[in-house]
Amino acid sequence: MNAAGIRQKIAFTILGLITLLVVAPIVLIIYYVISRGWSAMSWEFLTAAPRNGMKEGGIFPAIVGTVLLIVGTMLFSLPVGILSAVYLVEYAKDNLFTRLIKLSVVNLSGIPSIVYGLFGFTLFVVFLGFGTSILAGSLTLAIMSLPVIITATKEALEAVPMTYREISLSLGATRWQTVRYCVLPYAIPGILTGTVLSLSRAAGETAPILFTVAAFYLPRLPRSVFDQVMALPYHLYVISTQVPNMPAKLSFATGLVLIGLVCLMNLVSIVLRAHYRKKKQW
Amino acid sequence: MVEQNVIIKTVNLNCFYGDQQVLRDINLDVYRNEILGIIGPANSGKTTFLRAMNRLNSRYLHYRQTGEIIFENQNQQDIADTLLRQKIGIIFAMPQVLPVTIYENVAYGPMVHGVRDKHRIEQLVEESLKKAFVWEELKDRLRSPAVKLSGGQQQRLCIARTLAIEPDVILYDEPCSGLDPISTAKMEDTMALLAQSYTQILVTNNTKQASRVSHRCAFFLMGEMVEVNQTQKLFTYPDDQRTDDYITGKFG
Repeated sequence: MNAAGIRQKIAFTILGLITLLVVAPIVLIIYYVISRGWSAMSWEFLTAAPRNGMKEGGIFPAIVGTVLLIVGTMLFSLPVGILSAVYLVEYAKDNLFTRLIKLSVVNLSGIPSIVYGLFGFTLFVVFLGFGTSILAGSLTLAIMSLPVIITATKEALEAVPMTYREISLSLGATRWQTVRYCVLPYAIPGILTGTVLSLSRAAGETAPILFTVAAFYLPRLPRSVFDQVMALPYHLYVISTQVPNMPAKLSFATGLVLIGLVCLMNLVSIVLRAHYRKKKQW
Repeated sequence: MVEQNVIIKTVNLNCFYGDQQVLRDINLDVYRNEILGIIGPANSGKTTFLRAMNRLNSRYLHYRQTGEIIFENQNQQDIADTLLRQKIGIIFAMPQVLPVTIYENVAYGPMVHGVRDKHRIEQLVEESLKKAFVWEELKDRLRSPAVKLSGGQQQRLCIARTLAIEPDVILYDEPCSGLDPISTAKMEDTMALLAQSYTQILVTNNTKQASRVSHRCAFFLMGEMVEVNQTQKLFTYPDDQRTDDYITGKFG
């Protein structure tokens, strides 16, 4: 092997090792959580309400709460995020107003989540009078998710080749028909990826739901969108810091459920994406 | 030629990208059912002229134009984008197919223009592919992806796709620049046969192609139309010295 060949081998080996470094924390975290929490995992843990100062029983209300919050977040943030991204990419002219919107989207993603929490509390809970409720929490999480959804959708739309739009318009299609038939179908996989990413982040957030929806201890299921709920991340925070003599395995098992939930969402998005890729090849 | 045989007429057409003027006072008549060749070196404004015909330039930021384009005795500005582009179709330089099946590529145009009847669409697809002379090659694989076709087949599929919206005028923007000689010959044969029912404007870098295919030919140079003449005349006794220099290969 000549000198250049050896140098290439060294370079790729280093690159490979560094990439391994990225994988290591993920594997370690998952391994750690499973090894500490698996023993507490049981059917009862997943389906029962907490008992005896949350030291016994399960986390069912928190699972339901988090799922409801994800669904609520999705209902608000998906339409607004995707439609505004379509507007920005496909319709908006490049003027001061559009640039202002784009700038605010970028800045929105830089705001700390606790600030979203305070904002949601002031606007939804107090001013609009929703109270600490699923509605207020979902709306707060939705606003927090918007920048990522908008950015991901924008990138997915911009990645669709210009020629598709050109073909469509040159055949006399309207701009909406062009977006509908020649752009959106090819952007859906990318939109899905970004959306699920932002929703799984929303699922794991504690700060935004702290003042807007999360209940410390509420062993029954909500009856309406104006009810409080328990949520996995907040529950995890509570049992790890506020309850004395809490068995550590319960905390880890709760974390495991949260990770599992997020993984499940990612899995759904992968399946959907594969389905769309198969339908639309490009 | 009598006035009613003019299908497109430009009057003092000037086109700009920002401050840069790319076309200067173009006065050109296009006659019904002719093949009008447009030749000239790069950056002479040929493509801009072509895309001005069905207002595709308006997609570009900072594009503006002055003067008039008269299409079928009507000011082009008064015709809606969708109708104008249905009447004036375009074939792009590189074969550009949508990443769907052959059938869906051709059916797309009629679909966006509101044809819902399946049999009518099927009929249009078949007719269009026949008119573009690709039916025999493609009839058994209508449901396979269009991107898998060869460049020449793709380009003729593009013609079929344009024919499916039943235009009056077909614009070609260097349609053979990415094709091999045999595919090019097939394209040229197709154009010659389409001349019976369509008006065609052919922008090409290939002067030989213009001399083979077109009835009349215009020579563009640096945004100006130097001359327009019967093709035979332009390629044998051009009126302008610059045309002579270009077609004999002294520059370009």
